Amino acid sequence: MWGGGDYTPASLTCLVSGSGQTTCTPSLPPACWGMCGHPIPSQDGTSSWTLYHIGNCGLLGSHPRLLLVLPSQRLPLTPAGRQCYDLLVIGGGSGGLACAKEAAQLGKKVAVVDYVEPSPRGTRWGLGGTCVNVGCIPKKLMHQAALLGGMIHDASHYGWKVAQPLHDWGKMAEAVQNHVKSLNWGHRVQLQDRKVKYFNFKASFVNPHMVCGVSKGGEETLLSADHIVIATGGRPRYPTHIEGALEYGITSDDIFWLKESPGKTLVVGASYVALECAGFLTGLGLDTTVMIRSVPLRAFDQQMASLVTEHMAVHGTRILRGCTPLRVERLSDGRLQVTWVDLASDKKDTGTFDTVLWAVGRVPETRGLNLEKAGVRTNPNTQKILVDAQEATSVPHIYAIGDVAEGRPELTPTAIMAGRLLAQRLCSRSSDLMDYDNVPTTVFTPLEYGCVGLSEEEAVARHGEERVEVYHAYYKPLEFVVPERDASQCYIKMVCLREPPQLVLGLHFLGPNAGEVTQGFALGIKCGASYQHVMRTVGIHPTCAEEVAKLRISKRSGLDPTVTGC
Amino acid sequence: MSAAYPRLSSAAREELRRRLLGLIEGHRVVIFSKSYCPHSARVKELFSSLGVDCNILELDQVDDGASVQEVLSEITNQRTVPSIFVNKVHVGGCDRTFQAHQSGVLQKLLQEDPACDYDLIVIGGGSGGLSCAQEAAALGRRVMVLDLVVPSPQGTSWGLGGTCVNVGCIPKKLMHQAALLGQALTDSRKFGWECSQQVKHNWETMTEAIQKHVGSLNRSYQRALREKAVAYVNSYGEFVEHHKIKATDGNGQETYYTAAKFVIATGERPRYLGIQGDKEYCITSDDLFSLPYCPGATLVVGASPVALECAGFLAGLGLEVTVMVSSQLLQGFDQEMAEKVASSMQQLGVRFLRKFVPVEVQQLEKGSPGKLKVVAKSTEGTEMIEGLYNTVLLAIGRDSCTKKIGLEKIGVKVNEKTGKIPVNDVEQSSVPYVYAVGDVVEGQPELMPIAVQAGRLLARRLFGGCLEKCDYINAPTVVFTPLEYGCCGYAEEKAVEVYRKENLEVYHTLFWPLEWTVACRDSNTCYAKIICSKFDNDRVIGFHVLGPKAGEITQGFAAAMKCGLTKQLLDDTIGIHPTCAQVFTTLEITKSSGLDATQKGC
Repeated sequence: MWGGGDYTPASLTCLVSGSGQTTCTPSLPPACWGMCGHPIPSQDGTSSWTLYHIGNCGLLGSHPRLLLVLPSQRLPLTPAGRQCYDLLVIGGGSGGLACAKEAAQLGKKVAVVDYVEPSPRGTRWGLGGTCVNVGCIPKKLMHQAALLGGMIHDASHYGWKVAQPLHDWGKMAEAVQNHVKSLNWGHRVQLQDRKVKYFNFKASFVNPHMVCGVSKGGEETLLSADHIVIATGGRPRYPTHIEGALEYGITSDDIFWLKESPGKTLVVGASYVALECAGFLTGLGLDTTVMIRSVPLRAFDQQMASLVTEHMAVHGTRILRGCTPLRVERLSDGRLQVTWVDLASDKKDTGTFDTVLWAVGRVPETRGLNLEKAGVRTNPNTQKILVDAQEATSVPHIYAIGDVAEGRPELTPTAIMAGRLLAQRLCSRSSDLMDYDNVPTTVFTPLEYGCVGLSEEEAVARHGEERVEVYHAYYKPLEFVVPERDASQCYIKMVCLREPPQLVLGLHFLGPNAGEVTQGFALGIKCGASYQHVMRTVGIHPTCAEEVAKLRISKRSGLDPTVTGC
Repeated sequence: MSAAYPRLSSAAREELRRRLLGLIEGHRVVIFSKSYCPHSARVKELFSSLGVDCNILELDQVDDGASVQEVLSEITNQRTVPSIFVNKVHVGGCDRTFQAHQSGVLQKLLQEDPACDYDLIVIGGGSGGLSCAQEAAALGRRVMVLDLVVPSPQGTSWGLGGTCVNVGCIPKKLMHQAALLGQALTDSRKFGWECSQQVKHNWETMTEAIQKHVGSLNRSYQRALREKAVAYVNSYGEFVEHHKIKATDGNGQETYYTAAKFVIATGERPRYLGIQGDKEYCITSDDLFSLPYCPGATLVVGASPVALECAGFLAGLGLEVTVMVSSQLLQGFDQEMAEKVASSMQQLGVRFLRKFVPVEVQQLEKGSPGKLKVVAKSTEGTEMIEGLYNTVLLAIGRDSCTKKIGLEKIGVKVNEKTGKIPVNDVEQSSVPYVYAVGDVVEGQPELMPIAVQAGRLLARRLFGGCLEKCDYINAPTVVFTPLEYGCCGYAEEKAVEVYRKENLEVYHTLFWPLEWTVACRDSNTCYAKIICSKFDNDRVIGFHVLGPKAGEITQGFAAAMKCGLTKQLLDDTIGIHPTCAQVFTTLEITKSSGLDATQKGC
């Protein structure tokens, strides 16, 4: 497996085809084309090459885009003495990389320090942070794999002569992991292109302007910078008070890198990570249980949250509400026995699983940073770094962005935008601040839930029930009709101010392709869309999104919100 | 006339006059009023005490109030408000209305006009007609819908609901979905599903399932009409004289009905080539969706959305498909996008024969399907080509159904070239009591949701005292080709024509949907483009996306464009990760920069 730091871009050879020319050092047999991720012995037999499909290097016309990576000796990355930068970014995730690349583009001397501490199960990965390696990307791909399972089922109703096939986890995981590795590589190339220095170091503060980086081999390097951005993100929380949790459980850091199917799985948690993982595991045909202590998707609209879990239950996920695990033990056959308690009845119960996945929240990666040496203050409860609207910490030249910063949404695109805007401000290119309002997001449960703006509860809390009008509809996606899929949870609601022109405060969409549907409406809300604006938009027929432009029933009217006819 | 108000052009004056007459004719009581006028208030109170609903136009609250007052005075010889009409009769101002009330004349005038059988007859039971009829009935009017489907030359016929439900959007999207699922089967192997390599498709299974759904929609429309007490007559409507229509049923039985108002919503039917063999051997979209057998190797003639959509799903179902195009693809759409649509179809194996038109279709073998020989000639030279196909599908355009409905008898103007009915901005034809909605209307996008909206708003204006007009600007459209193409606003060439090139900035990028990476599909096929007006704050005036789920993506952006979307707002909006739609929040490359728009990593 290729991990960060094993190769440097200097050892990369690009294989170009398109005009029929092949440039390769040393040359490779043509049979190697297209074998993404497969090791290929070089002609002299002394080393092995690995082909990575990285999407595009802009050179290859319509041919498969390939890059070759040749393992070579690690180059000494650490020159003697200490190094000075205009900007030092700690953490090579979405926010850190965006900030570093933007600052470098604007002419600053920038370095990124990134180091992935292996998970308790030993899982590790390359550059790019949570989103690329153990978050959005592999999650959406496994979600897609699960959706495809549903589509195969649908296909037979649409005339395709196909029986429901079995799913090969190993094959999927390999394909997903290869894509992730290609993205890791892409990030490395981008840093190099933009002349950002990359160090595979574990960083900690020495003083407010200096960071000590420790390489895998234990070598220390001192890096100093005028501005330092902390973008170390977070890692899954282990409920260490539960006996056996750390020894036998895995987290989202591991699930995407498993080479073999997790089998019968218990997912513990009520976060979107918990529901998404349980959703795709179920979709892939695995016996899956979610254990939720109190309410699912706490920060989201609660009516939507309960529809999400209701759909999951219909979809085959077993949901244990109001329960909490007490201990995990390994049985002699290697399986895991989990004992839990039902909080209402205080009754204990046990179950046997192949895998226990903890998705009980995330801990910011601030502990190893020696923040106290720099004087950077954190919230003692959350361990997150306190920041102001400029993303500055308690130390003016040290900033924090992304999941590690207090009060910020834990989302890739917000971190990216915050990072870029921060870099622009640092380079005096603009004074624009990041606007954290009306951030759209989507939960990729089997039935996707997209939302932007206020939940109904929040709207009522801010404006009062009398001043809020909620328009809603239960609808049936056209595609569901032929395979006779149940659409009981396909639901939309738009939360508006009641007083004309009825400004839209929030939109909540539960149904297929919610992410794609929600994006444009998020813009509408940003533009100050009113209910009338949305109603005057001509629908696109037949889509699910058009139902948003047809919301005519208000909750207050008490009328049946089920859409009938077309 | 006061100099503060620009004098109306004679065309505008005529137009406004027609609108006012429409308003007056369409309502039991119309009060032209000013919101602050105490006399107006007294009259409103009077009618309210009589329990009579009034249609009130507050001249101080509409933009063209002064013009209305001016034209109104020409109609009534009364310059002041309030001005009251009861059942088309001008009663006068406040004092005269109270006098009429005291003398009993007003009560007499208020009695319904019993002369007509119906308040409204809608000709055509498609999306627009039905929405108008239902809305009018919901407003308490006596409404009839006349709908009879004349069988296609191949003998295909269908139930209530019009093109969209029976031979348009609905079955098309379902067949498109069937084709997408075929693609999903291929993808699924890459995602670890152990599907067999060669999955065959069964046309009959698909068609039966789709027709079952269409049938249920037909029935639900009938039920909806019954529930709303709309009289539904399965007959062909034809005007015989003013306010009177002849309804002929399937057996030739004729019945006559009268109505105060009429709405023409007869839609369109596919056009034939007018060459030897076309009506005998070719099919159209009227036939395809209920074809009882798999069409086999198919030649699709035409370059319309319908042509490309049908070609796309047939190819996706595994059939050999050729598209013969005489000139431009997707005329009226952005041509760069149209070419990209075509090349994405070529990647799926669709063959394009550009610049050819069929001149003759011969049947070589009968059967289901049979075998046809098509002779075609070049549009640029004398070259002739021949091809053998199982099925020839014509999708060269559609003709309005305005020819045989007696419009000439009552003087409704029809554009002789297009057969379409010109209407003003309140859907009124040249005959004040006759309106038109949907695809028969000249100069409006042929989209089902527009017809529905136009029909519903028309009914509300005619009978509900509402003034809102249908807004046709920035109507989004999606072509459901295998790779979907969604757009809203201007095509690039049209924008250049209207705004000039130097006043525009075009941002674009190719993109690679995340789901396509693992599926090993091409990384530079999907494309996003926006056209911004530089001197209007970089307002987005054109939105184009070619990619999976373009239909779902485009809708929200269309709503945003209604609210004056700008490039800055796009940049300020957080993307939803990972989706295709998010690509629009990070557009950086302008066409004018000439930079490479191929996509770069995550």
